[in-house]
Amino acid sequence: MNLPNSVTEIIQGFENGKFSSQELTKAYLNRIDNLDPEINSFITVCHERALLDAKKADRSRANGSANKLTGVPYANKDIFCTKGVRTTSGSRMLDTFISPYDATIVERLGSQGMVMLGKTNMDEFAMGSSNETSFYGQVNNPWNTNCVPGGSSGGSAAAVSAGFTPVATGSDTGGSIRQPAAFCGISGLKPTYGRVSRYGMIAFASSLDQAGPMGRSVEDLAHLLAPMAGYDSRDSTSSMVKTEDYFGNLEDELKGKTIGLPKEYFSTNLDRQVEGVIEEAIKEFEKLGANIIEISLPTTSLSIPAYYVISSAECSSNLSRYDGVRYGHRCELPTDIEDLYKRTRSEGFGEEVKRRLLTGTYVLSSGYYDAYYRKAQQIRRLIKDDFANAFTQVDAVISPTAPTTAFKAGEHQDNPVEMYLGDCFTVASNLAGLPALSVPAGFVGGMPVGLQLIGSYFQESKLLTLGHMFQKSTGWHQHFSRDESKGAQ
Amino acid sequence: MPITEKEVRKIAQLARISIDDKDICSYEDQLNKILAFVDEMKAVETEGIIPLAHPSEETQKLRSDKVSEKNQRESYQSVAPTTENGLYLVPQVIE
Repeated sequence: MNLPNSVTEIIQGFENGKFSSQELTKAYLNRIDNLDPEINSFITVCHERALLDAKKADRSRANGSANKLTGVPYANKDIFCTKGVRTTSGSRMLDTFISPYDATIVERLGSQGMVMLGKTNMDEFAMGSSNETSFYGQVNNPWNTNCVPGGSSGGSAAAVSAGFTPVATGSDTGGSIRQPAAFCGISGLKPTYGRVSRYGMIAFASSLDQAGPMGRSVEDLAHLLAPMAGYDSRDSTSSMVKTEDYFGNLEDELKGKTIGLPKEYFSTNLDRQVEGVIEEAIKEFEKLGANIIEISLPTTSLSIPAYYVISSAECSSNLSRYDGVRYGHRCELPTDIEDLYKRTRSEGFGEEVKRRLLTGTYVLSSGYYDAYYRKAQQIRRLIKDDFANAFTQVDAVISPTAPTTAFKAGEHQDNPVEMYLGDCFTVASNLAGLPALSVPAGFVGGMPVGLQLIGSYFQESKLLTLGHMFQKSTGWHQHFSRDESKGAQ
Repeated sequence: MPITEKEVRKIAQLARISIDDKDICSYEDQLNKILAFVDEMKAVETEGIIPLAHPSEETQKLRSDKVSEKNQRESYQSVAPTTENGLYLVPQVIE
């Protein structure tokens, strides 16, 4: 069968009896089995479980007890705990870890009757922008397998792009949904901090981490966001702000909307051709009736240093739980408790994670706390204030998602800082806790370019409208990296 | 001020990570690169600015002090490397 191109098409297909969930699930599983060896986007594929869930979904469709999303296949980033299915967070530390419970979002998507195809590859503990730090091997970009898919949700992005799953979950601490979405030519949304529950999402930096949907179109993001969003008593940072109707306003006119163009974002390290694509996109928004004005986010140049201090500090604290005692890897025959901790952690963590743990430990250590951690938190407030100021004038802020298209694997191997600089457009919204969307906006040298729209707190719906109307008029989201008719048999 | 080899060893000890002697230099070099770039923060005056630990402005919801979860010790311990009689086993800590 030819695989459908969107969740909307899948729902229609079920309703018209074009295919069953079992047929569709089998087709996606076949395509993964046939084509994923070249991409490596999955760590675990759940053949049996997915087919069982699809069978159940078909039964509820037949007896009228189905929800809208019942039977729709999807994939979870391997950062989300799944009861009975191993959850690795891309690390040797959790190579054999099987969670005794489901993450809230896994539970919610499951109770909609969605069918989990498997768990997608990711940078180890979500630390990385290239998906090269995974214990399970790098992921290759479906547009050019010599290039990285971005990270850390590189597996989810590559899987959606290659047509292995219609939608997938991701998590975003400094751009980990948006940058891989941009590199792989798909759409991705990082919701407002607190909009989606973090319960059961393996922690990297708790004040920045946020789960969100990834898919080919903004409409598909809305499909996935609706059940993911909302208050969860099991996450103390979950917001009680009411969720919106993510579909109701999708077709709203852009006339009267104001989009801010931060002058600082169009800086020297932005690739000229990427800039050209973004300029075209801006014209498109003007054509759709939006008003574009220049704004200033003066502290934005310091968002990467502040981000790396804060995220490393929080991760050094969060990852202290991996001690070889309660779960995860444990070294062989420890001689004493110190040896148990040190060897377990040295064997279980990869290089990038160790680097960040050391950085984080350093900036929190006595004598350096004020110069680094406190300073970074002060800058964090300035960044938040910059945005608050901007949102008195604009509905959204526009920028590229990343300064370049997907780079070659191994390109930033020797200098971690170069890799960090690629996050210059994405980290500020995590520091401020704002929602941000990435949508495909064109190509440079055959590789996709992503456009980012940042919104004010809990205005996901407004961002989705902007993204959807842009997609309706440009069709950039309908360019696919892989032939849709292959591999599903 | 660049970080020294001695400091790299000290933080590695604080983070409970062992680093092979042959790798110390490369960690020292990479951490110095990271810190040099982080030092850009010094360019901005932040005197008197209240640090922001968290983006959320909501007050955290409190729940009543009642048992809400059932005991799942067995299931939670099933993923532990070693347990005995419901206890986690570690190498001897106290003589």
